[in-house]
Amino acid sequence: MNFESLNTSLQFLKPEIAVSILLVVVVLFDLIFQNNKKALPVISITGLLVTGYFIIEQFTLNGYAFNLLTADAFGAFFKLIVALSAIFVILFSISSSEIIRCEDRQGEYYTLILGMVLGMFLISSATDLILIYLSIELLSLSSYILAGFVKTVERDSEASLKYVIYGGVASGVMLFGISIIYGLTGSTNLYTINSILQSAQLGGFTFIFAGFMVLSGIGFKISIAPFHFWTPDVYEGAPITITAFLSVASKAAGFALLVRFIKITFFDSMSESGYWILLNVIDWQSLLVLLSILTMTLGNFAALWQENLKRMLAYSSIAHAGYLLLAVAVLSNEGLIAVLVYFSIYLFMNLGAFFVVMLIANKIGSEDVDDYKGLGSSVSFLGVALAIFLLSLAGLPPTAGFIAKLYLFIALIDANMVTVAIIALLNTVVAYYYYVRVLKNLYLVRKEVEMEPVGVSFGNKIIILLLLIPVLVFGIYFTPIVNLAKSSIAFIGF
Amino acid sequence: MEVTLTHFLIVSTILFCLGIYGIVTRKNAVMVLMGIELILNASNINFVAFSRFGNFGLQGQLIALFVIVLAAAEAAVALAIVLNVYKTFVNVNVDEIDSLRD
Repeated sequence: MNFESLNTSLQFLKPEIAVSILLVVVVLFDLIFQNNKKALPVISITGLLVTGYFIIEQFTLNGYAFNLLTADAFGAFFKLIVALSAIFVILFSISSSEIIRCEDRQGEYYTLILGMVLGMFLISSATDLILIYLSIELLSLSSYILAGFVKTVERDSEASLKYVIYGGVASGVMLFGISIIYGLTGSTNLYTINSILQSAQLGGFTFIFAGFMVLSGIGFKISIAPFHFWTPDVYEGAPITITAFLSVASKAAGFALLVRFIKITFFDSMSESGYWILLNVIDWQSLLVLLSILTMTLGNFAALWQENLKRMLAYSSIAHAGYLLLAVAVLSNEGLIAVLVYFSIYLFMNLGAFFVVMLIANKIGSEDVDDYKGLGSSVSFLGVALAIFLLSLAGLPPTAGFIAKLYLFIALIDANMVTVAIIALLNTVVAYYYYVRVLKNLYLVRKEVEMEPVGVSFGNKIIILLLLIPVLVFGIYFTPIVNLAKSSIAFIGF
Repeated sequence: MEVTLTHFLIVSTILFCLGIYGIVTRKNAVMVLMGIELILNASNINFVAFSRFGNFGLQGQLIALFVIVLAAAEAAVALAIVLNVYKTFVNVNVDEIDSLRD
């Protein structure tokens, strides 16, 4: 490899390089100035803002780095979502009582979050199975530790044990699948595999089996139905900041990977109306529709009788993964636009809901729905914010959540998948119940004990407003996100 | 008798199945982690055997090196977590660690 091609490759890796440098800086700063933990989040956020600048630069790029990664607007969109949610999660951590308790280990905390960010950046642009495996492991190893970050609490260590066991099995099975694909095709590069699939008939069943193994590894990350069992336990046990991060960023990276894996490996041609015609190896459409219906039904119905709000939000995030998977299952550019729009809105509403739950838990020391009874008047501002976030998650107009669902259903109807659309619609109706139950407890149930009014600090009010305003504004004026999504899928991988 | 690709694949498949069997049946968290190691090593055998017999160059061997490094990292993290679980629960039996459930 000559210097010129090395140079062009590095041009495409600017966000990843920036995050790596930031990670080293945070470690060194923590080592040198051991008594100055307050500066760590400031450094991390500043570094992530710089990274964000490089990501925005990437929206106009299109190229390959080292034959392992692509730099394109699609990947840049997901990297932007990851970076934004990382910034918000770091802002949450500053006032999280769980994280403040581990004051002496703050350096590790921010380093590991940046490790997760780096892993997710690589996942969302990787086009080589081995790089995919390595970056999933980079993401996983950091998140295993973060899930059990508050070491002395029982539920934290249990969450991280369950996460490491399930995660280790899922990635092990995925690696075995990759090794079979490597044996059948002689390559781990998705483009090469695609061209081999186009020219030769590969030992049908073996390849399908290996494809399922890889799908199980990806499915684990985005927590779709048969691979979701870790989600409720880990989401409930982990510190709430990490739960919020896992539910948004890690899911976003997983979806970017799923789309890229299907779109590149099995791509045959593009029909005139923007539908992808895939190679006749695996019937992806039926498979994904089946998995998504299973996922959303299971998520929504299991959420109905959850007492812990974190656990309820975990099941709700499984249900949302189902909706998103349905948008992928359309296998068209329109479906992809729906995925991107959904994620950019999901980012704000889900992070917001978790943040408000965290602030209330800081004060009342509980996340139980029953402990929210009659709290409405004492948590005035937080209560209103939580109501808006939950209604948006439920998909009620005029919040942004409605727009997200609207684009999903438009894509489904345009693709003539009316039955599936009706099932998804019925699911959203079920979802209203458990979101509204929280609001009922907040406002309509008489309080049992008198509570002091819960104040919110000025900084936290600003953070909530930063999340709340997009949720309200995008519900009415959503053209910018849709335009960004449309331009982002202009060239995915080609 | 000459050793062919099939022999290697049979060994790796047996290792993979043993790994899954260990994960499903063992109660001790450390034994479960050993099952995961078996799965990773099964895929390593696959990679090396395929690259040797399929004339794919050295890529498979290189991948195996990466996987060995990752397996070590994962084992380190997982054992640290198990140690921490032992400190809080005073046992590492995966069946008895169930404070989180529906």
